[in-house]
Amino acid sequence: MSEKLDVQLAVVGGGPAGLAAALAASRFGLEVLLIDENKELGGQLIKQTHKFFGSHNHMASVRGIEIANRLKKEIRENSHITVFLDTTAVGYYENGELLLYRKSPEEKLVSCFPKAVIFATGARENMLAFPGNDLPGVYGAGAVQTLMNVYGVLPARKILMVGSGNIGLIVSYQLLQAGTEVAAIVEILPWIGGYIVHASKVRRYGVPILTRHTIIEARGKEWVEEAVIAKVGEDFNPIEGTEKVLEVDAVCLAVGLSPIVELVRQAGVYTPYIPELGGLVPWHDDDMRTNLPNVFVAGDLAGIEEATTAMLEGELAALSAAEYFGVKSEEIQKMRKDRKARLEELRASRFSDKVKNGLQKLAAKRPK
Amino acid sequence: MERLKDHPVLDFDRGEKVIFYFEGKPIEGYTNETIAAALHAAGIKVFSYSPKKKRPRGFFCAVGKCSSCLMVVDGRPNVRTCMEYVRPGIHVRRQRGLEKLKGTEE
Repeated sequence: MSEKLDVQLAVVGGGPAGLAAALAASRFGLEVLLIDENKELGGQLIKQTHKFFGSHNHMASVRGIEIANRLKKEIRENSHITVFLDTTAVGYYENGELLLYRKSPEEKLVSCFPKAVIFATGARENMLAFPGNDLPGVYGAGAVQTLMNVYGVLPARKILMVGSGNIGLIVSYQLLQAGTEVAAIVEILPWIGGYIVHASKVRRYGVPILTRHTIIEARGKEWVEEAVIAKVGEDFNPIEGTEKVLEVDAVCLAVGLSPIVELVRQAGVYTPYIPELGGLVPWHDDDMRTNLPNVFVAGDLAGIEEATTAMLEGELAALSAAEYFGVKSEEIQKMRKDRKARLEELRASRFSDKVKNGLQKLAAKRPK
Repeated sequence: MERLKDHPVLDFDRGEKVIFYFEGKPIEGYTNETIAAALHAAGIKVFSYSPKKKRPRGFFCAVGKCSSCLMVVDGRPNVRTCMEYVRPGIHVRRQRGLEKLKGTEE
């Protein structure tokens, strides 16, 4: 069974970027349909138990789950925003049709022709190539967070963490809080990738952070029983004779994320390959406009960063969408200036150099 | 594995405790849990076997993107158990390779 629906602005994805986009768009009188695949809004925020860093004026020292709760409440009370949960956007077609598969309240397909779309579809975990990487017990870091922080299920007894970026460090700390032993954190680079505060927290628990090390194999019959790690040389290849076998029942991969670009590609958005932003990313300007006049992007989809930048990008995308619909207001220019200044502030540290390089490369690829 | 009881930061709203079936055996789960989470809590990690080499597969991404957790639920194959919630009485079994979709049998 399928039905048709009139929509002005569709926002695909109810994580930090999508929530901020929907709220900002409604402020300028746009009628918004917010779509999310999960039963709950908030995206990755709902598993983030750590307090946020970053700029003092933007949610610093607030936990991700609390931010999600605030935004969810605002959305619920907003009459301009319709929310479809448990709903997957399964396709975006040449004729402008966005096809939705709703699982509840009843299973059906819904066809809509939104006049504009903000895509905030987020990112997926990267895989790493090593023998045994398909064994049960090899998990993405987000999956480990979901199991323990959303469902309250212990992911493992003893785990090896691969990657020492902020996600690897934070998830290690959360695992320790939940009662899982962390055998080690391995990092292929010669230095720790994330913030020193996060690294110090896990070091205080006595967890070794082994730089210039990587996983070379996961072993087990039906699931992970052992992980083999080794030191790497200047060429990042494992050095023979340095292998160590760790007895663990899980391996957690925190080796980066890739934007989920299928829908924007279907829409006809140009997606160059920019490794600094996570791989294939939709081309966009600093107002989050793509090469299509009625398609905007925000959040990890537009380049892997974090929740605070995602929310600011969501608002910028909404401002551009409002302008697309002919809204003229000084408030748009004021908000735009403010949000861009905050983004710049958040990206000021050397930890954002990679992202800044990526955004420069992306700007240079402006389609004709 | 097990369900966490005390957490320094979080309280869990698990919903209602219900019984569902894994490979014919009753399993306890909660209505606010996905099938994958409930199976994991019951110590079940192998969700399917790969089509060619029959290698065991489990949960990986938890966001419905990797296809590693596909199982057969109430006769329907390819159900993403990391996205599908527990319902009382459902029958869940391991998927073995590419299973036939309902209505496509010769």
